[in-house]
Amino acid sequence: MGKLKLIIDGIIKNNPTFVLILGMCPTLGTTTSALNGMGMGLATLFVLVLSNMTISAIAKLIPEQVRIPSYIVVIAAFVTIVQLLLQAYLPSLYETLGIFIPLIVVNCIVLGRAEAYANKNSVIDSACDGIGVGLGFTIALTILGFVRELLGSGSIFGWKFIQGDGILAFILAPGAFIVLAYLIVLFRTVTAKKA
Amino acid sequence: MEYIIIIISAVFVNNIVLSQFLGICPFLGVSQKVNTALGMSAAVTFVMALSTLATYLLQYYVLVPLGIEFLQTVSFILVIAGLVQMVEIILKKISPALYQALGIFLPLITTNCCVLGVALLVVNNEFTFGSDPHMLNLGQSVVYTVACALGYGLAITLFAGIREQLDLNNIPKVFRGVPIALIVTGIMAMAFIGFAGIV
Repeated sequence: MGKLKLIIDGIIKNNPTFVLILGMCPTLGTTTSALNGMGMGLATLFVLVLSNMTISAIAKLIPEQVRIPSYIVVIAAFVTIVQLLLQAYLPSLYETLGIFIPLIVVNCIVLGRAEAYANKNSVIDSACDGIGVGLGFTIALTILGFVRELLGSGSIFGWKFIQGDGILAFILAPGAFIVLAYLIVLFRTVTAKKA
Repeated sequence: MEYIIIIISAVFVNNIVLSQFLGICPFLGVSQKVNTALGMSAAVTFVMALSTLATYLLQYYVLVPLGIEFLQTVSFILVIAGLVQMVEIILKKISPALYQALGIFLPLITTNCCVLGVALLVVNNEFTFGSDPHMLNLGQSVVYTVACALGYGLAITLFAGIREQLDLNNIPKVFRGVPIALIVTGIMAMAFIGFAGIV
């Protein structure tokens, strides 16, 4: 039960996008469609789970003073793996996400979980935490991408249901900021009612 | 002429925050006061110029000749982290006044994605400034980086100015903090779209 709670906490109580407001750059930059958002979320999930597990396994071996640089190297290694895998098997997604793939290294969510959770807890718990937070991030990005795609190009997961263009502003930068703002407001209203 | 186009393009048309979505976390985090926003943008300009110079040389004189471009991400982030640390130590020693002004921002900059982002943009992308698509040379890279940093400074300072006024207003409770800040940023981004087509 404890493990499941860890995962659900990551999705709702500690949702990285809607509650902690971390990792904004990929959140805004890659969510022009639901599929792109989901791709970015899953890439981050992969890095997050593996880096959390590795860091929790080696945390005791790393001297206190050099822990942050060591974590960054571990994270950067996994990011490079994701980068090469995407390039080989999903080249079109790799092209669309572009610079935001290597930028997972400086995503504050990944380093934040390593510092706040993984270096104090067991490998299994850290993996669950990574899955929870990663899923929370993926879900948030997919929703944001879904809304932007729906309004901006009039399609759902690539299936177009109107002729011609949508409201172009939602695909461009302003739409990203404004849709995210309203989603945070919605999330706050819903969770406040529950509590 | 080419340099002027690079500067206008990087500051206004492709503003790093408002159209490329880089460095949003510090943009939302340290924009409460105009003074801190100015401090942050000065620190970003300084570190970004140095790090792009270092990573450009690393890319073309180490990674490419040795054929190990796949280590780009790992090596760039290490160089940037090391550089930030070094800048901090040197500033502390030679210019305590400047260190006082920029010091608290420096550790934050390692995880500011616009530093790594611009370093990667410069070596991975082709640009069209006045002529056919081409990779930037060293001089153009540095000008482009400084212009990006100025664009960052412009956006964050304008935003801090608006935010100081926002605090005085009665905003609905659920909108307070980040949501209203994001809406303001969205409206600013809309204004900056007006620059598209200048270059």
